[in-house]
Amino acid sequence: MANTYTAIATVTATTSVANIEFTSIPATYTDLLLLYSIRSAGSYDNVSIRFNSNTSSYSTRRLLGNGSSASSDTTSGVSGSPGTAALCGAIPGTSQTANTFGNQLVYIPNYAGSNNKSVSCDSVDENNASGANAEMTASLWSNSAAITSILLLGYHGNNFAQYSTATLYGIKNS
Amino acid sequence: MPITYEPIATTTLGSAAADVTFSSISGSYTDLVLIIDTAMSSSGATVYIRVNSDSGSNYSTTTLYGNGTSALSVRLSNNTNGMMVGPYDGFSTERLNAICHFMNYSNTTTYKTMMNRFNQSDKSTDASVSLWRSTSAITTIFVRNNSSQTFASGSTFTLYGIKAA
Repeated sequence: MANTYTAIATVTATTSVANIEFTSIPATYTDLLLLYSIRSAGSYDNVSIRFNSNTSSYSTRRLLGNGSSASSDTTSGVSGSPGTAALCGAIPGTSQTANTFGNQLVYIPNYAGSNNKSVSCDSVDENNASGANAEMTASLWSNSAAITSILLLGYHGNNFAQYSTATLYGIKNS
Repeated sequence: MPITYEPIATTTLGSAAADVTFSSISGSYTDLVLIIDTAMSSSGATVYIRVNSDSGSNYSTTTLYGNGTSALSVRLSNNTNGMMVGPYDGFSTERLNAICHFMNYSNTTTYKTMMNRFNQSDKSTDASVSLWRSTSAITTIFVRNNSSQTFASGSTFTLYGIKAA
């Protein structure tokens, strides 16, 4: 039986970095799974995901709970650069509890296919204080190209803090 | 290291189809994961999963979803359509994905649960839990919709088995 769940690459920030990127992603898998633990070097941020360095044709719908209420919006509800990347959840920064990181799971089925790419993201950034969210997002990249690179960056333009880490897995269906 | 995550079967639609079935599912795994990547022929319907050809009122679902305006929750009880994958208020024709986990699917003493995420960026993002009130092992998974619409050509449905040991 083939090994269906393979670690492609891991990136760990040894200092504050502007982004985390996975390049030259082979098309030999069926789906991609991205797991990361990231803290913002700014006061706070959201993680956004850009494919193949493309800065258009993204849309996102979000559901979040902040400890006191639940709400839903689209990227129009988030300041930053709507449409230039897929939006994932919030991550803590300098305005939140020290040493806390946001953990997120991103699943991308059929990333090498010729259809538009739909993206699932689950996110938590609990920090024993206000400003923590649990979020789910549905995103679409309306592009038929195979995904060959993934760029994680701060939606509000902040760096990622030291010790932020991300691992990309490939999943095969045969 | 034992391999604990194995592909059981994949269906890639060469033409539009109203439903997809995985049958003769082995009981040798602990849990099942179904990954759906699809688009629908027209808007308005909802995706459901029936198991073991059961069309009785033995399904229920509680879902939490966001439609871009509000966070909402609904419950479907004694549902004959199946376990709801999503969305509650009907999909659009945009690309969507769903990730469905079936826990302890092969035991013959407990009712079966499915936990799933559904993602369609122009419609909603959903998290749901469903119950099938039967103690039978799940041997067939039938993915369908409630409005006689079709899953688009190129849609993929992959069933994985997870072993605890």
